[in-house]
Amino acid sequence: MSMEVWPLDVWLRVAEILTFRAGHNAAVVLAGATLLGIAAGVVGTFTFLRGRALVSDALGHATLPGVVLAFLLGSALGLTTRNLPLLLAGAALTGSLAVWLVQQVSRHTRLAEDAVIAGVLGGFFGLGVVLLSLVQSLPTGGQAGLGTFILGQTAGMTRGEAWTMAVLAGGAALAALALYKEFRLVCFDPDFARGLGWPVALLDLGMLALAVVVTVAGLQTVGLVLVVAFLVIPPVAARFWSDRLDRMLWLAACFGGASGALGTALSGAVPDLPTGAVIVLVAGVFFLVSLLLAPGRGVLAALARQLGLRLRLTRVTLLAGAVRGRPLPPRGVVGHWLRLRGLLDASGRLTPHGRAVAEPLERNLRRWELALRLDPHAVPDGTRWGVDPAERVLPAGLLARLDAVGDSAEAAR
Amino acid sequence: MVIWHSHAAAWVQGATALTPPHTVPVTALAPPLAVRGLSVAYHQKPVLWSVDFTAPARGLVAVVGPNGAGKSTFIKACLGLVPLLSGEVTVFGAPLSRRRREVGYVPQRGSVDWDFPVSALEVVAMGRYGRIGLLGRIGRADRDAALACLDKVGMADYAGRQIGQLSGGQQQRVFLARALAQEARLYFMDEPFAGVDAATEQAILDVLQDLDRQGRSVICVHHDLQTVAQRFQHVLLLNVEKIADGPVSDMLTPSLLRRTYGGAALDGPVPADAALVPLRSAE
Repeated sequence: MSMEVWPLDVWLRVAEILTFRAGHNAAVVLAGATLLGIAAGVVGTFTFLRGRALVSDALGHATLPGVVLAFLLGSALGLTTRNLPLLLAGAALTGSLAVWLVQQVSRHTRLAEDAVIAGVLGGFFGLGVVLLSLVQSLPTGGQAGLGTFILGQTAGMTRGEAWTMAVLAGGAALAALALYKEFRLVCFDPDFARGLGWPVALLDLGMLALAVVVTVAGLQTVGLVLVVAFLVIPPVAARFWSDRLDRMLWLAACFGGASGALGTALSGAVPDLPTGAVIVLVAGVFFLVSLLLAPGRGVLAALARQLGLRLRLTRVTLLAGAVRGRPLPPRGVVGHWLRLRGLLDASGRLTPHGRAVAEPLERNLRRWELALRLDPHAVPDGTRWGVDPAERVLPAGLLARLDAVGDSAEAAR
Repeated sequence: MVIWHSHAAAWVQGATALTPPHTVPVTALAPPLAVRGLSVAYHQKPVLWSVDFTAPARGLVAVVGPNGAGKSTFIKACLGLVPLLSGEVTVFGAPLSRRRREVGYVPQRGSVDWDFPVSALEVVAMGRYGRIGLLGRIGRADRDAALACLDKVGMADYAGRQIGQLSGGQQQRVFLARALAQEARLYFMDEPFAGVDAATEQAILDVLQDLDRQGRSVICVHHDLQTVAQRFQHVLLLNVEKIADGPVSDMLTPSLLRRTYGGAALDGPVPADAALVPLRSAE
C-alpha cells in the first residue's frame, strides 16, 4: 500500500467502522471480532496458566488439513459454494486430533512436550499445505477463499459467517467463566484437585475443547497461523498488571477485545491488509506496553527497583561501615552524594550529622544480619534485605528473638 | 561417624523418655488407612514394592526413609494420584473413591507455581471445594471457614496476599490451613517441615497435636528423626519396601535405622535425607 492511504481519511474510516457506522455487515464483523478477542483472552488465560500455551499453536496449525478435507468432502457432496459449518467442523476435528496426539505421545513416551508439539504441528501443517495446493489445481470452484484461513481476512466475510464466529466465541467465553473455580484449581494444583476426586483429565479436556472452539471461530478473522498469538498475548500482557486471577481475566478480555476490534477496523480501512496480522500486531502493542510500563512486574519498574536497592544498600553499607570503624573510601555516586549532603568527610569518616543518620541504619543492619543467621526462612520474600526497617517487615516472633539475642550479646559485652 | 552407633542409641533412649506412653483405644472402627500389597513403578523401575501397612486408630504417624525411598509416592498412591502397579488402599474400611471427603492433603511446597495469581485466602478456600463440589459456588460460610483456618496457623493477616509474596514457611502454613479447611478425618502431609522457619515449625507441630487430640489421623512424611521421636507416636520405615512399622520407641533403633538408610549412613557421607539433626544434637 502507498503511504498516502494512511493519513486522515484512513483514520476516519477506522473511526467509522469502530462506531458501527460502516454498514450492517461491517458492524456484525466488528462485534464478532471483538467477542472473539474477549473469548481468546478468557480461554487463553486458563490455557496459559495451565502451561498449555504451545498446545494451542499445534492446535491452530492442525486445523488446515481439516479445512481442506472438509472442502473436498463438500465438493464431493455437490456443494457449489463453500459451506462454513462444514469447514469449521473439519478444522475442529483435525485440531482436536492434534491436541489428543500431543497428550498421548507426551504421556506415554519420555519425549519432552515441546518436541512432541513441534512434530505434530509440523506434520499437520505440512499435510494441510500439500492438500491445499492439490485442491487449488482442481477444476471445482470456491477453493480460492481457503487461503484466507491461513492468515485471516474479514473482507469477504458474510453476515452469517460473522454471526457464527460471534456465537462460538461468546459461548466459549461464557463456558470458561462458568468453570472459573474448577479451572483455577486445576491450573494451580491439579494433584489437589485429583485428591478431591475431581475429574482433572476431563476438565483439562474441556479447557482444550474451548481453545478448539476459539481457534475454529477465529479461523476467518485471525487465521490459523496466528491464532496462538491471540490466545497467548492478551493473558500474558494482563499478567503484568495484576496478581489476581479475576482482574487478570478482565484485563485479558479487554486486551483481546480491543485488539480484535482495532485490528478488524484497521484492516477494513486499508485494502489488502490481512486482518489476523493486524489484530496480532495490535495485541503485540498491548503486550509491549505492559512489559515495559506495568508497575511491579514491568521491566522498567524492575530496573528502577533494582537500581534503588543497589543505591540504598550502598548507602547503608557505607554509613554502617563508618559507624563500625571500618570506613570505606566514599567513591561512586552514593559516596559523592553522601559527601555532598555532609554526612561523610573526604576520607569517608562520619560528620556529627552523619553519625546521627548512620547509627539507626547500622542498628537496623545488625538486626538483619542477626535475622539471617538466626532464621533466614522467616524473612518474608520481597523484603529489601538490610534496607527495609526490620521492625516493619520482619514477623513479630522473629523480632522478639532478635531482640533477646541482641540484648544478651549487649550484656556479654 | 564411626561412633554413630552408641550416640544414636543414647539419643533414641533419651528421646523415647519424652514420648508419653501411648494408649490406643480399642474401637470397632475400621483403621484410618489400610494398604495391602502396594506396588508402584515409574517406567518399569519399582518405587514402592509390595507395601503392607495399617495405620493405628489414634496417634500421629511419621513416614521415614532416605531420598528415593518412595515416601512421597506412598502418600500419592494412597491418595490415588499415581497409578498402582498392584495392591489396594482402603480408608476407614472403604475404597478411597467413597472416602474422598474424609481425606485431606498437604502436598510438597515445591509442587505448585507460587507465582500463580491467587491469594492466600483463595488457596485455603480450595480446601472447601470437596464440600462445595463441582460447579458449586464459594459461599460466605466457606470464606469464613477458610479465614478461621488461616487464623489457626497464624496467617489471618496475610489473607489477601498473593501467595508468591509470602515466605516459604508462610506458604507452608497456607497449605496446612487449606488442609484444615477440608475438615478431614485422615490427613496426608508431604514434608510439611521442609525449609520452614522456627515459627512455622511450631505452628505445624501445634496443629498436628490439635488434630491428634481431636481424634483425626495424620500420616506425615518427615526427615528430622528428633521431632519424629518427640512428636509422633508411630513410624513407618520405608525404603522401597517396608522395613518395619510400629510405635516410635520400637522403630528408631540403630539396627532398624541402618536397615532403612543402608550402610551408606554409617561409613560414607550421610544422605541428606538421613538422621543429620539428631546426630548433631547427640554430639
